[in-house]
Amino acid sequence: MTTTAPVQTPTATAGRTPIASGLLRQTVTGLRLLLVLTVILGVGYPAAVWAVGQVVAPDRANGQIVSVDGAPVGSALLGQAFDDPALFHSRPSAAAYDGLASAASNLGPSNEDLLASIQERREAVAAEEGVALADVPPDAVTASGSGLDPHISTAYAELQAARVARANGLDESAVRGLIAAATSGRTLGFLGEEGVNVLQLNIAVRHAAEG
Amino acid sequence: MSDAFAGVLSLLALVALLALAYRPLGDYIARTLESPRHTRFERPLYRLAGVNPDASQSTRSYALAVVGFSAVSLILLYVLLVAQSFLPYSRGMDGMPWDMALNTAVSFVTNTNWQSYAGESTLGWTAQAVGLAVQNFVSAAVGIAVAVALIRGFTRNRSDQLGNFWVDLVRVTVRVLLPIAFVGAVLLVIGGVVQSFSADQVVDTITGGQQTITTGPAASQEAIKELGTNGGGFFNANSAHPFENPTGFTNLLEIFLILLIPVALTRTLGTMLGNHRQGYAVLGAMGVLFLASLAITTWAEVGAHGQSAQAAGAAMEGKETRLGEWASALFATATTGTSTGAVNAAHDSLTPTGGGAVLVNMMLGEVAPGGVGAGIYGILVMAILAVFVAGLMVGRTPELLGKKIRSTEMRYIALYSLTTPAVVLVAVGIAIALPSTSDAMGNPGGHGFSEVVYAFTSAANNNGSAFGGITVTSTFFQLMLAAAMLLGRFVPILLVLALAGSLARQGRVPATAGTLPTHTPLFAGLLVGVVLVMTGLTYFPALALGPIAEALA
Repeated sequence: MTTTAPVQTPTATAGRTPIASGLLRQTVTGLRLLLVLTVILGVGYPAAVWAVGQVVAPDRANGQIVSVDGAPVGSALLGQAFDDPALFHSRPSAAAYDGLASAASNLGPSNEDLLASIQERREAVAAEEGVALADVPPDAVTASGSGLDPHISTAYAELQAARVARANGLDESAVRGLIAAATSGRTLGFLGEEGVNVLQLNIAVRHAAEG
Repeated sequence: MSDAFAGVLSLLALVALLALAYRPLGDYIARTLESPRHTRFERPLYRLAGVNPDASQSTRSYALAVVGFSAVSLILLYVLLVAQSFLPYSRGMDGMPWDMALNTAVSFVTNTNWQSYAGESTLGWTAQAVGLAVQNFVSAAVGIAVAVALIRGFTRNRSDQLGNFWVDLVRVTVRVLLPIAFVGAVLLVIGGVVQSFSADQVVDTITGGQQTITTGPAASQEAIKELGTNGGGFFNANSAHPFENPTGFTNLLEIFLILLIPVALTRTLGTMLGNHRQGYAVLGAMGVLFLASLAITTWAEVGAHGQSAQAAGAAMEGKETRLGEWASALFATATTGTSTGAVNAAHDSLTPTGGGAVLVNMMLGEVAPGGVGAGIYGILVMAILAVFVAGLMVGRTPELLGKKIRSTEMRYIALYSLTTPAVVLVAVGIAIALPSTSDAMGNPGGHGFSEVVYAFTSAANNNGSAFGGITVTSTFFQLMLAAAMLLGRFVPILLVLALAGSLARQGRVPATAGTLPTHTPLFAGLLVGVVLVMTGLTYFPALALGPIAEALA
């Protein structure tokens, strides 16, 4: 065996340092690196995304605020509660459409309370729209994942068309036209599901009723 | 277009995108981690941190660096959370209570992102962006660094050098995560995810009511939340919230970001080993487990195989209209097959079989395909177990990738395999023994039990999703879950690094006619079998009391 120094890359820890002092040294290094990375990742990165967003898609970056006569009335992405019988109703919500408290019901698939709620909602919708219990679509009797679902299914919108038309003195066919205009299809034809934006639809209904 | 056709097309599009990115990204990560050169951007970082980037570290010093870095991360994040009221852009929010702050700090440092708070009503933007999102980056980078250290254990010959943790951390962060997250975040903004620093806005609705609209820097956090398999939502509803996931396009993009690095790392593995077929075999095993789970969940959700789904006509409780059952089933499988834990639908309200399948995904040990880095070291541990089992059958000393699997290695493997299940089952046992736990459950009966099992399985496997009906804000749950997250993250990491060191110190043994080839479909099948048997033996009793009982009821 020769005793010449081994030819290899220099090591950060020559020999075995005690664990405590080794840990202390690595921790100090870690703190310095963490602070540097925090500036890049915690300040620079979100600011850069914000700057690009404000240039390429400012409306989307800012939450797609919807205005009527220049006054903001909501966001195209956030559902609202519409109890007015002259308007389209949104889905049931575990968050009461509170923008500061998004939430699902988190009721389990065999929960008796959930089964009772579904039955109650089904009866209420069927009575209000004057249809058979079996004709009430699933989204009308279930709460969404966010509690802020901006959409209802086309089936639920169609179900409400006659009532809304009657209440506003509009042709049912005209209301169906408004539904079609507020319907967004799947992205690229296959991603996600079709949905009717309830806020935009109700704004259009109000507008048609006034016009 | 029928729902089924659109659903299958979405899956094919996802697979195609992952396939396109697979080789370039996997090879890029391997090159990034093995290159001797530092970029002009990185050198100043090393100078500021006082790191010699050309030094290499022993196993012990690599492990101490991981622990030291995570410890300061934990302390800094805790301070930011309890002191957020003194920070700018805090939206008038108070500091978090100490137990919630501790739970949250542990959660984000361990790449778990379990959330016992609701983002929009608890946190300001500095705490989110400067605190949480930074950990989304670096906790992901730590996972990849540990995986790469284990791969180096196989490739090095009679050496105790595993690389330089600081260099691995910086390179993964600035050369891999940051650029992809930036592009992803901009695409998310274009898709409709908010990125704004405007104050909360109260609007008067058309029916005379009011609604508060709160935005924030969500897109930047969303991109790294998915890319780093973190999963902590900017808003309480996570990726079900329309501001986090507004369309079918953003939904697919988020699923793509979740799977991108875990899948590409199998290519990195093959490239670093100089044996691409080995990477494909590992990916094949992961893919079989993933697709089987996806098929089960999709069948259960789309087919409405549950009581409430039957009553409503479809499994739409807890799901968003614009996403629907197909996209929710795919997201649920991706988020639990990796250790992400983001959700675009309420897992608590999934059908019994669907909810059971996502729970099992976590129980597999997060290897299908697992979290960034954690999935690779997890599946390599299982691969060692597989060659060990095969070696026992024919009476030969097992070998994997040119290294002998001796009793030293098997001791680490056994401890690794036992740690997470032991944490889960002991913690569930303690929680269930307490009378207060039944009040914390959000649902009665077997499903309430499933909520507790899900919580600890999620925490110990560093997933972070929840059966969200359970109330976990008591000090008991905050501390128990924090302990589960810490043990479930760092005990396996230290065992993996010890294993890496032990392998690196060995000389390579040449393959002989008696060596079990591990790059074949046969071995991938054996690997799948070992993962399933281990999971089944460990968790079957807990599953039988929870989801299985509910599905059969």
